[in-house]
Amino acid sequence: MGMIASRREYQLHNTQTAVYEQFDDRTQQHEASSLGMWIFLATEIMFFGAVFTSYTVYRNLYTTAFEIGSHHLNTPIGAINTAVLICSSLTMALAVHAAQTGKRKQLMAYLVSTMLLGCVFLFIKFVLEWIHDYKEGFAPGLHWTYAGPHTNQVAMFFCFYFILTGIHATHMIVGEGIMVVLLYMAWKGRFSAERYNPIEMFGLYWHFVDIIWIFLFPLLYLLGAHF
Amino acid sequence: MSEHIAPLKLYAFVFITLLILTVVTWQIAYIDLGRWNTVVALVIAIGKASLVAAFFMHLRWSASMVRLVLFAALFWLAIMITLTAGDFFSRGHVQPWQASTQISQPMRSATLR
Repeated sequence: MGMIASRREYQLHNTQTAVYEQFDDRTQQHEASSLGMWIFLATEIMFFGAVFTSYTVYRNLYTTAFEIGSHHLNTPIGAINTAVLICSSLTMALAVHAAQTGKRKQLMAYLVSTMLLGCVFLFIKFVLEWIHDYKEGFAPGLHWTYAGPHTNQVAMFFCFYFILTGIHATHMIVGEGIMVVLLYMAWKGRFSAERYNPIEMFGLYWHFVDIIWIFLFPLLYLLGAHF
Repeated sequence: MSEHIAPLKLYAFVFITLLILTVVTWQIAYIDLGRWNTVVALVIAIGKASLVAAFFMHLRWSASMVRLVLFAALFWLAIMITLTAGDFFSRGHVQPWQASTQISQPMRSATLR
């Protein structure tokens, strides 16, 4: 291999072989990064899992109140947002596909579409839902005016609603930030059919956030739709 | 081969299935099925999540060690939910005002003794 003098030379050397020096081959390198990403996602499952567990407990203790609270959410908007997020998952999967086949322009186009769909989701969430919910008086501790039956337990449902959708939206915002960096790297031509691990690992993150929403939609929006 | 390039037709199929399942779970929610509403909604959600994980996240073609990490996490999650729920629903729920009397009673008797 010979001596590597500079960082630039090191990058060139690696672009040619596409394998970092601590790995034997591409398969091992790929499995190592997948494993690392999945271990991170496992910690994310436990992070969200704690809130899901407490949700399960209080949902069963205060079933009626949670259904009343859920009834005040806008179910069609929730369904539309689910569809938006599934579309963004598709464009992300296509972005990984474009990276794998070394199509730089397609990769950039799909990354931009994923970013835009993510922004549409966040816009609907913030502007059409949260601000609306706040004005309606469904923000416990800030602006709580609901005076119907089980007001304290309905407030608890809305605490879960704001915390769960809040940490989900935080994950989306973080994802948007990472995508800006990835888009810049793609524009600079840092990815090729031999070297696209960052795109694929970010894809795992984005799909995971989608999966979280797939569970949030029925748990929060669909409980009280039937009355 | 771990770096699998999935066919685009498969992505299209998964995408359309996910959209159909979203509409199905949304419309079923308007029908009153009693406690089965939650069961149906969760079963559909698990199905959708499995589709995303298997095909969009390439788990279908991943090394078994990678899948093991996911199943380990889900296993711990199941333990957390089962034990917590078992505790809450087998002992009965204690309201805050009941809790204070239940704790203060033995303490008072302990100080009297």
